[in-house]
Amino acid sequence: MKAFSRLLSSLLYTPARNAKLRLLRAYLAEVPDPDRGYALAALTGTLVFAEAKPAAVREVARARVDPVLFDLSYEYVGDLAETVALIWPATTEEGHDLRLSEIVETLTLTARSKVPELLETWLDRLDADARWALIKLLTGGLRVGVSERLAKGALAELGKVRLDQVEEIWHGLDPPYRPLFDWLEGRTPPPQIDTSRLFRPLMLAHALEEGELLGLKPEDFRAEWKWDGIRVQIVSGLDGARLFSRSGEEVGPAFPDLVDRLNFSAVVDGELLVRRGDEVAPFNDLQQRLNRKKAVARHLTDYPAFIRVYDLLFEGEEDLRHLGFDARRARLEAWVGRTGLATGVIDLSPLVPFADWEHLAKHRLGAAALNAEGLMLKRADSPYVAGRPRGLWFKWKRQADTLDAVLMYAQRGHGKRSSFYSDFTFGLWTEAGGELVPVGKAYFGFTDAELMQLDKWVRNHTVDRFGPVRQVEPGLVLEIAFDSAQRSTRHKSGVALRFPRVARIRWDKPAAEADLLETLMRRIPA
Amino acid sequence: MHPERWLRPTPAGLLVEPGGFHIDPTRAVDRAVITHGHSDHARGGHRHVLATPETLAIMRSRIGPEPAGAVQALAYGESIEINGVRVRLVPAGHILGSAQVVLDWQGSRAVVSGDYKRRRDPTCPPFEPVRCDVFVTEATFALPVFRHPDDREEVARLLHSMAVFPERTHLVGVYALGKCQRLIRLTREAGYDQPIYLHGALVALCDLYRELGIDLGDLRPATEAPPGMFAGVLVLAPPSALGDRWSRRLADPVLSFASGWMRIKQRAKQRGVELPLVISDHADWDELTQTLDEVGAPEVWVTHGREDALVHHASKRGIRARALSLLGFEEEGS
Repeated sequence: MKAFSRLLSSLLYTPARNAKLRLLRAYLAEVPDPDRGYALAALTGTLVFAEAKPAAVREVARARVDPVLFDLSYEYVGDLAETVALIWPATTEEGHDLRLSEIVETLTLTARSKVPELLETWLDRLDADARWALIKLLTGGLRVGVSERLAKGALAELGKVRLDQVEEIWHGLDPPYRPLFDWLEGRTPPPQIDTSRLFRPLMLAHALEEGELLGLKPEDFRAEWKWDGIRVQIVSGLDGARLFSRSGEEVGPAFPDLVDRLNFSAVVDGELLVRRGDEVAPFNDLQQRLNRKKAVARHLTDYPAFIRVYDLLFEGEEDLRHLGFDARRARLEAWVGRTGLATGVIDLSPLVPFADWEHLAKHRLGAAALNAEGLMLKRADSPYVAGRPRGLWFKWKRQADTLDAVLMYAQRGHGKRSSFYSDFTFGLWTEAGGELVPVGKAYFGFTDAELMQLDKWVRNHTVDRFGPVRQVEPGLVLEIAFDSAQRSTRHKSGVALRFPRVARIRWDKPAAEADLLETLMRRIPA
Repeated sequence: MHPERWLRPTPAGLLVEPGGFHIDPTRAVDRAVITHGHSDHARGGHRHVLATPETLAIMRSRIGPEPAGAVQALAYGESIEINGVRVRLVPAGHILGSAQVVLDWQGSRAVVSGDYKRRRDPTCPPFEPVRCDVFVTEATFALPVFRHPDDREEVARLLHSMAVFPERTHLVGVYALGKCQRLIRLTREAGYDQPIYLHGALVALCDLYRELGIDLGDLRPATEAPPGMFAGVLVLAPPSALGDRWSRRLADPVLSFASGWMRIKQRAKQRGVELPLVISDHADWDELTQTLDEVGAPEVWVTHGREDALVHHASKRGIRARALSLLGFEEEGS
């Protein structure tokens, strides 16, 4: 664990991407199997311990030290792993290092009820840095600024191979990746992976920055609607179809109504949506069917799903990804006509024709009526490149909706914002002169300088405290931007906002003039 | 008579009522006793100031040749009487000249400890615990997550990093008074005898420390060295100058910061620090709790910092404890 915790600390403190790459490569070159493989899995989010929960970690610590002091410390530090690592009292055992592989392999064999006991013996043995690394490992989310792409970059450097050679087989490998290291270090040929049913890394878009269109030529780009569903990749062959989310997780089991009909041999990129009559249903309908291990029978008829496709990566065995967008599009359209439509659950996402940017901007105004999130711009000549390459694909979201809400509660942030009140709960008035009801929470949209001002305002206008939360006087109006509003039975206000963020701080606006809840309710699609 | 009746917080700071003087007042007063030279404790404009000779020298250097209408030096261990209150200054181990104020009046004793630490510091004499009825303590690092490591290990990490990155400048943020000189002494003790380069804001106090007999070795002003001279050298600067344009002349600097706050990784990350050094002039959690045990006071008043935790700890040990709100002390002081 010492080498691993040293790596994590260095990665955390090192801001530069190239320096991170160097650190990671050096670690992978020095540390033996299988430890380095597990470290790689942890860094890329492949290692998940469902049996270890943050709450269990907290309780183990609160049982060992004074719980009042623990809670005060946690509130101050703002990070569970750091708090536990630092507060854990030293024992005579401390410093007897453990191997990362021993920890990983033991944990996978341990039942949830036994995890706390195990954790306790490990915490006694490790030093503070290693305790920190252990808890980060257990609870997931290392947050040391290493993306999957950066990790693959380090692997490519280690083996002096191209990044795309690593990309191609990555999703067919499992921790601790011995065959991968054997290949990279020249002991064996590349691992033989059956790629026919494998998730292929997606091509992603950048958000279009203000003014960026001016530098782009309309004739170089094609436009499509950006549908408000979830991005999926269909990988289908002779032995059946699999449906992957954008992160490569299988979502097929929740959608048997789709998977059973995908009887073709191709890899297709598209949007999973729910239909209401002839129209795309609001996201809320799709939400009913997500995050389920199995489909609910009633949902199959109430929320019929389909896939609106927009790219073809493989047709049969043929890899189309090196072709330009226009060429792939022609193949896609032909394929949909011949094969896709016949499934009854696939249709084609149309191109949005436009003459110039102004023309396209008018189309964009119609996005909301189609339940689309906005537009996608794709370079006509660009191949399908894994990752988020610059300058090829852009998303141009529709204008966000806004409302003026009143700041009600503030909570300290986590991580690098742990000393600031940075998570803001805001509310709307039930009626003029009535009460405030919370409708959502926003923790970004403001600059660092504005965060300092907000933090100061919160400290100066606190009326009550509940642990890390402060209630403030209803005196500050926040203009909140959000993508859409939905009915919700889980919220007291009866409404949930998607993607709320602070658009502006209305220092000038009296709280009494903020919006009414009713105004928001009227904007919810039926 | 119980100190509650004659020692109390006022908007100007802690007032010793029968003595007619404040301790570390935050605004100009008639009579002040100053525990140490940091600017949130030692302010200008008082009519009379009593402090250790070292603290007075520091005040002269920072505030001006006449830091108060009249000054009076009281060496460690000596005592005087002010309007019937016996006052004695005892080493606090925080920085050069830092003192606890021991107050005796009508059969009871209060100790106002100012800022303090319990570990060895090559630039000042160690803290001396004094048994008392009321102990007034700071609480800067009063959470059990704060346990400062051995400062020699931290200095070893700095020197190790300098050996690993000989082409880069190591730029360490240090508070100008105390931390700066202690870090220099610690590197000298660890065998580092190369010149150390100083940001202009650190020079005067280093000169003063040397005049007061503390050997800091070869120090040079960083501003006078030509750019291109900085590969492999150690440069010290006040924390505020770390991300400043000033540091652009340095060779791809490794940013470092010597402070107790560096114990928390996310704090280091927030400040863009690549090499955090956990070196503090304040007592950590273990030092604070050890001190409460050693002074044996049945009552403890807790000032600036994380009062809640220390009050909770003391109460559990059967000590009467309360937080004493003293405005004007910087949360993240040196």
